[in-house]
Amino acid sequence: MQVSMTVNGVAQEADVDPRTLLVHFLREALDLTGTKIGCDTSQCGACAVHLNGKVLKSCTLLAVQADGCEVTTIEGLAEGGEHHPMQTAFWENHGLQCGYCTPGMIMASAAFVRDNPGASEAEIRHYLEGNICRCTGYHNIVKAVKQVADAAAGA
Amino acid sequence: MTTRIFGSGIKRREDPRLITGEARYTDDIKLPGVLHMAVVRSPYAHANIVSIDSSAAEAMDGVVAVYTSEDIGDGLAGLPTAWLIPDSDLKTPEHPALAKGKVRYVGDGVAIVLADDRYRAQDAADAVVVEYEELPAVIDPEEAAGGGAPLIHDDVEGNIAFRWVMGDREASDAVFDAADVVVSERILQQRLLPTAMEPRAAMAQFNGATQELTLWCTSQNPHIHRFIISAVTGLNENKVRVIAPEVGGGFGSKIPCYPDEALVSWAAIKLGVPVKWTETRSENYLITIHGRDHVQHVEMAASNDGKLLGVRATVYAGMGGYLSTAAPGIPTILHGLLYVGPYTMDSVFCESIGVMTNGTPTDAYRGAGRPEATFLLERMVDNVAREIGMDPAELRRKNLIPAFEDGYEVATTLIYDSGDYPTAFEKALGMAGYDDFRQAQADALAEGRYLGIGVTAYTEMCGLGPSQVAGAVGFQGGLWESATVRVTPTGKVQALIGASPHGQGSETTLAQIISEELGFPVEDIEVVHGDTTETPMGWGTYGSRTTPVTGAALAHASRKLKEKARVLAAHLMEANVDDIEYADGSFSVKGSPDQAQSIQDVALMAHLAWNMPEGMDPGFEESQFYDPPNFVYPFGTHIAIVEVDADTGEIELQRYIAVDDCGPQINPEIVAGQIHGGVVQGVAQALCEGAIYSDDGQLLTGSMMDYCMPKADMFPNFELGETVTPSPHHPVGVKGVGETGTIASTPTVYNAVLDALTPLGVKQIDMPLTSAKVWGAIQQASANGGGH
Repeated sequence: MQVSMTVNGVAQEADVDPRTLLVHFLREALDLTGTKIGCDTSQCGACAVHLNGKVLKSCTLLAVQADGCEVTTIEGLAEGGEHHPMQTAFWENHGLQCGYCTPGMIMASAAFVRDNPGASEAEIRHYLEGNICRCTGYHNIVKAVKQVADAAAGA
Repeated sequence: MTTRIFGSGIKRREDPRLITGEARYTDDIKLPGVLHMAVVRSPYAHANIVSIDSSAAEAMDGVVAVYTSEDIGDGLAGLPTAWLIPDSDLKTPEHPALAKGKVRYVGDGVAIVLADDRYRAQDAADAVVVEYEELPAVIDPEEAAGGGAPLIHDDVEGNIAFRWVMGDREASDAVFDAADVVVSERILQQRLLPTAMEPRAAMAQFNGATQELTLWCTSQNPHIHRFIISAVTGLNENKVRVIAPEVGGGFGSKIPCYPDEALVSWAAIKLGVPVKWTETRSENYLITIHGRDHVQHVEMAASNDGKLLGVRATVYAGMGGYLSTAAPGIPTILHGLLYVGPYTMDSVFCESIGVMTNGTPTDAYRGAGRPEATFLLERMVDNVAREIGMDPAELRRKNLIPAFEDGYEVATTLIYDSGDYPTAFEKALGMAGYDDFRQAQADALAEGRYLGIGVTAYTEMCGLGPSQVAGAVGFQGGLWESATVRVTPTGKVQALIGASPHGQGSETTLAQIISEELGFPVEDIEVVHGDTTETPMGWGTYGSRTTPVTGAALAHASRKLKEKARVLAAHLMEANVDDIEYADGSFSVKGSPDQAQSIQDVALMAHLAWNMPEGMDPGFEESQFYDPPNFVYPFGTHIAIVEVDADTGEIELQRYIAVDDCGPQINPEIVAGQIHGGVVQGVAQALCEGAIYSDDGQLLTGSMMDYCMPKADMFPNFELGETVTPSPHHPVGVKGVGETGTIASTPTVYNAVLDALTPLGVKQIDMPLTSAKVWGAIQQASANGGGH
């Protein structure tokens, strides 16, 4: 089945098995392996990408459902050679350990803060229910997201 | 240098590749022509295999081959158990890579399918027709050890794989018979699913001309994997290269060598093309090791005035269908030896019975034996406190071992290295406002609100460990580490280590040790790990040992280099070695500070070797093998404050205070991160996690939809404090910190909840403390007329 989409600003076209999950299309066909698979059942959020600007778990979507869409993955988040503020905040706040959940965490958090500048700690913790981390105990992830949320509110 | 690099919370060196998606984990690595392996797995917990028909699968598009254990024949030896605890009548039943005639847990491999794409491989695996004759199954370890349970291995009589005894039963009886008070409890340490966020994966490539096998896999210990893969395939060890690339967490679950790693290796050799396997999460929950699974019968003896006299337990430890790599060592050596904890208690006894069941094999999971010991100890201390009517904090205070700097022998024969338990204890109580809390708790109770506080004082042994001890307790390996500090001509450092960190931040902390010792800026130091061809031998990253053991090896190697640099600098400056002073990476002559050689200058001159002192070899590189003289013993006190809603059984964790002492902190941010993560893992055992099996051995918590992983909104911000007591035997004084949070936090939160429920008459609830169970316990206690 023919599918075309724009991924990280680059037009992509491919012939895919209709059952191909978007995450497998990104990882296998486009070699964008920054997007991870952690659970297969849409709990963990390691596969979170932006689809037309919204956060979506790419293990829950077929590649053909993303036909004609704009997809941004962790590889496309930084602009002009600069880390996205969420990437910087995760680094500065020790918001990651093994790094496996990190791409999804950052993608989800970046969209959340864009839409919710000034979000409170409780709001952040509630929102992050859809992203699971086994290493950090969430403490520093929340701190990182809060830092960006505060900065976004101040801007 | 204005601030010391040692002790500075610098940003991690590994993060730029991780926050951008550029890191390469095993499944991210692509090889042309790779075949994907899918495993046909048993849907039964216990069954005879009657027949396997792979003809339909073989005919499917893209399928290259289907193999069963018959096809493998003697091409693969069984997976070894590598912790052979002595004096325990240990049985090590055969663990073939694919089941031979019988399956012993749901997920046991029966056949493998190789196909050109992972979807097609899975489709074909589903098309393999296996006829089974189902047998009765047993999951509960105590039941499996009782008479009449189904026999899982013919050569493991009564399903008892080992029986390990620590201490003297008669001596224990004497203490318990004479004690004022004896409390007892049956404690269930439920099965846990380690759930590293990266599922396991393996990819093998074989070069027929050179007979070399390369295996990329999710390993915490690639050198051990090489050792075992060499043994099971029959390839010479120097022809096996194991690469653990980026590894997404382990928590013990990536220590063992599993059938899957052996199978991709065998298939790659057989077919001459690369073979890859990546597990799904539901597969991970079925086949990657589980943790804990103890049924414990515990007693503690005390005097009426609050002197703890002794502890003893009979432990039924579920091993699952096969004995995993290190499994026998976990509920024995790593468990019983911790029974004294931080207390002056003279009598200990443990009988630990390793039991084969039809569950997934168990093995080391974060803390590995020590959380199960700390929980029972802390639980019983609270029970004693309630029994004798003493405040539980006061009871602990009365029994803590006083501060010691260099060696304290306890009843389990361990010699703790250093400790100042009372200081950490009082600090935590102060942070929590313990005395005020008791008043607030009473006030809340008057309003019908149920607050509770739990206090855990702990010490644990980590930094595994002296190799002589490893040998004495049957560990089939050494426990030293080795490291090379290699400086390039331009003064940049590569530190090659045998350990294999996978999220701990060791590329940063170890660089900080080298920077502190030699003065190279930390950004000029790369720590290389994970590839058996690039790195020296090492036994791996587990047991909170990489900072203490590898860190010591690096400190010693750095000191050798520094000594060489000092002599060479003196020679270059035509000065006496005794007149050379060192500061911040620069060697100068006493009294003439303008004359100096930087460490980089010296490194270059050592490489050029144009002008060397007599007898000095060229080059600027040193290696060190380091075998620790003792374990290290971090310690501390954790406190939790909870509120329980008596109408719903909901638990709110309101505050969590952790005071930990791991010696001098190399990077406080990384230490804090380890504690945060460990605490959440331990709290989750108390509150929500638990693998649940049906009576016939089906794992009901087979995905994250059903297994309750801890989420961000279950936790407050943590309040951390520290004390600093260096290890006397370590070159930079550090202790491990990777497991302390998990070890301390489960009893802390459990005891806090039970403290809250005391007025309601609830005395015991099996973990995890879900709202349904808590509510049920409250109703039960009320029906029994408990509480007030």
